[in-house]
Amino acid sequence: MDDNVTSNPQKNFFEETEGRKGIFKWILSTDHKRIGLLYFYSIISFFMVGVALGLLMRLELLEPGGQYIDANTYNSAFTLHGVIMIFLFIIPGIPAVFGNLILPIIIGAKDVAFPKVNLLSWYLYIIGAFFALSTLVFGDGPADTGWTFYAPYSVNTSTNVSMSVLAAFILGFSSILTGLNFLVTMHRMRAPGMTWMRMPLFAWGLYATAWIQLLATPIVGITLLMIVAERFLGVGLFDPSLGGDPILYQHMFWIYSHPAVYVMILPAMGVISEIIPTFSQRKIFGYKAIAYSSLFIAFVGYTVWGHHMFTSGMSGPARIIFSILTFIVAIPSAIKVFNWLATMYGGSIDLKPPMLFALGFIFLFLIGGLTGLVVGALATDVHLHDTYFVVGHFHYVMFGGTGFAFLAALYYWYPKIYGKMYNVKQATIAFWVMFVGFNILYFPMLVVGIMGMPRRYYDYLPQFHVPNIISTVGSWILVTGLIMVIINFIKAKKISAKEAKNPWGGLTLEWTVQSPPTLFNFDEIPTVTSGPYEYQDKEER
Amino acid sequence: MNNVSNFVEGVDMAFIVILGISLFFLVAITVVMVYFVIKFSKKNNPKPRDVKEDMRLEVLWTVIPTILVFVMFYYGWVGYKGMREFPDDAIHIKATGRMWSWSFEYDNGKVSPNLIMPTNKPVVLDLFSPDVLHSLYIPAFRVKEDVVPGVNNKMWFEAYEEGSYDILCAEYCGERHSFMLSKAEVVSPEKYEEWYGEDLSGASPVEAGLQVLTANGCIACHSLDGKRLVGPSFEGLWGAERNITLADGSKKTVTADAEYLKKAIYDPNSEIVDSYPKVMISYKQTISEDQLKQINAYLESIK
Repeated sequence: MDDNVTSNPQKNFFEETEGRKGIFKWILSTDHKRIGLLYFYSIISFFMVGVALGLLMRLELLEPGGQYIDANTYNSAFTLHGVIMIFLFIIPGIPAVFGNLILPIIIGAKDVAFPKVNLLSWYLYIIGAFFALSTLVFGDGPADTGWTFYAPYSVNTSTNVSMSVLAAFILGFSSILTGLNFLVTMHRMRAPGMTWMRMPLFAWGLYATAWIQLLATPIVGITLLMIVAERFLGVGLFDPSLGGDPILYQHMFWIYSHPAVYVMILPAMGVISEIIPTFSQRKIFGYKAIAYSSLFIAFVGYTVWGHHMFTSGMSGPARIIFSILTFIVAIPSAIKVFNWLATMYGGSIDLKPPMLFALGFIFLFLIGGLTGLVVGALATDVHLHDTYFVVGHFHYVMFGGTGFAFLAALYYWYPKIYGKMYNVKQATIAFWVMFVGFNILYFPMLVVGIMGMPRRYYDYLPQFHVPNIISTVGSWILVTGLIMVIINFIKAKKISAKEAKNPWGGLTLEWTVQSPPTLFNFDEIPTVTSGPYEYQDKEER
Repeated sequence: MNNVSNFVEGVDMAFIVILGISLFFLVAITVVMVYFVIKFSKKNNPKPRDVKEDMRLEVLWTVIPTILVFVMFYYGWVGYKGMREFPDDAIHIKATGRMWSWSFEYDNGKVSPNLIMPTNKPVVLDLFSPDVLHSLYIPAFRVKEDVVPGVNNKMWFEAYEEGSYDILCAEYCGERHSFMLSKAEVVSPEKYEEWYGEDLSGASPVEAGLQVLTANGCIACHSLDGKRLVGPSFEGLWGAERNITLADGSKKTVTADAEYLKKAIYDPNSEIVDSYPKVMISYKQTISEDQLKQINAYLESIK
């Protein structure tokens, strides 16, 4: 690429204010990078609130019986923890932050297809977040239903369910618009020469995700509105005392909320598919298998929602069909893991923080995925459904999987966005603290679940005590690691434009532009002539 | 693990097969990963090798997991199948889960807060909820089924060993969800018959009143010793002055007498005692007028 970009950097997007001042530089800008950073700062803030609630719950569970908070507070805490972590952190997480920051650059575009709609999505996100958190202050306390809002409890409880449900409804629109925006961007704005089969795998992950966001989210919107209608008008859709059906609610809720699990994990898999080739300096193994398996997961993921309801009283044949489909959706994930491993074979592996977090992702996601098989089988699920095993399982997938991938992405693209570099040694130590703390926190949950401890339990029987102590100690270690990660990023130092341009030797398009990028990313839209990971040709270039 | 119920063997077999396969893959993949990180580190392998795509490998690691997941599905299905095949010769017991207690009603009208059942005889629980979702879970028996209002779910099992086993509520149901506990008391068939046939008609109204309160789960929220739980304590209630709020929001003071208590049990939300939440459901369907008299007799005895 032309070297004058690095030696004489142009005004980057932080410096290019488009004539706006102060906070308006941010909240009126339609630049995808500024919007990505708006999402980043807001998402991280809400994540902190969620972490604090998690710590509070773990502290209460240190001993059986009530210690620090009462049962109602505890019930509101796990509801708010779930709502924040699912709707405000993990669903928007990678797509809204890294999708916005990186997607247009990685496919060689100046921005997303609809920059103003993109900004609108962020405003909807903030309004939704305001509604969710306002229940702390307004009405009769935050919802105490769990993030699933199961009827008829959610129809009857006196707490502020309506506000929380409206929050989720508004956040749903934010998600739909982001999905739509990314789809059009990828269809219409890829650089000349970038055929579908030359599109980087991070973009493929976002592509599969966007279809789910677009098609599944409206269902949960309608379902949640029905809850509000039931609470205010007594229409009788879900509450049997009004002639409704509580099982219908569960079907409608999970028709969205299971595919939503793939909204959370597919972008994470995309991130891992970028990082592993870069730090192995090898072409990704099985590009097509990884790309198509994302689409396969997105498609089959629509059909497995019933596995959340194996003990609900659903018909026998339905339980069997949903179990089979659940096992089938596991196969593409396995294919991805094998291809990532094969990519490392024969490579020249540099264990920098992004790679370390990516490998941590593989290990933790494996445990999450394999425990998913245990709850996907009928006999074992009857025993484990609604126990702590499920809590352990989805934290391995969501936090160990998507959460670690989020950090991997942050370590990977941080120099690109900020033109700064963090302390690599401290990042490595923080990884190990987090990794150890994570397993001490969540592994005992799998054990205590097999022993029979139900989830959403304020108090527990004495036989469940020891795993709960270990788990709480783990939460302290994990949080220590998180704090180390944050401090390291805050203290990151400015590096020269030349160093920042491509510190990892990546080959995708974002590494061909200056760091931080200019307002429109490229002086001239590049023409793509090969696949994204042709490391074997690197010497010749 | 002892086979304390008829489903333990099948479920545990599924556990062993699935956890076994999972553990093998977890260890194998982790070992390979660590080996690659060392063998192909930047230091040991400074120049990356070009490795060609291999269709055979892709097919191999698609087909093997596919076969294995079907094996896992099979064991899961085999261990589960019997749970949905209900025997004809079973004892039928109506299990009620309500906020926040369990009760078990037998053919002869006998009601117990614990599940009393004999060994080596299938038991079918007909699940009933008057309010919200619950889930009847007996970890030792490996069984669980949701108790859904308006839906007649049922579950069955057969216990092989005498003992006392925890019954828990697995579906979140509100404030005292984690206190919604009971026991499955498995006794010998002789002892069961003895308990089942025991005549309680000789019990005094006071004793009978306590029985009604226990069987309907009242004491899960209303203590007998003055302690504040979800609702007001029963101790010292009879004849006391109550500050209440009516449905239209107006306040007044009433005396807790027979008429007041009838209203409090049959139409609890029409009069709410100050500082307590509006969460109780009507027991008009489950507590008869005769039983109300017995409750009154008992409450009078602890005023």
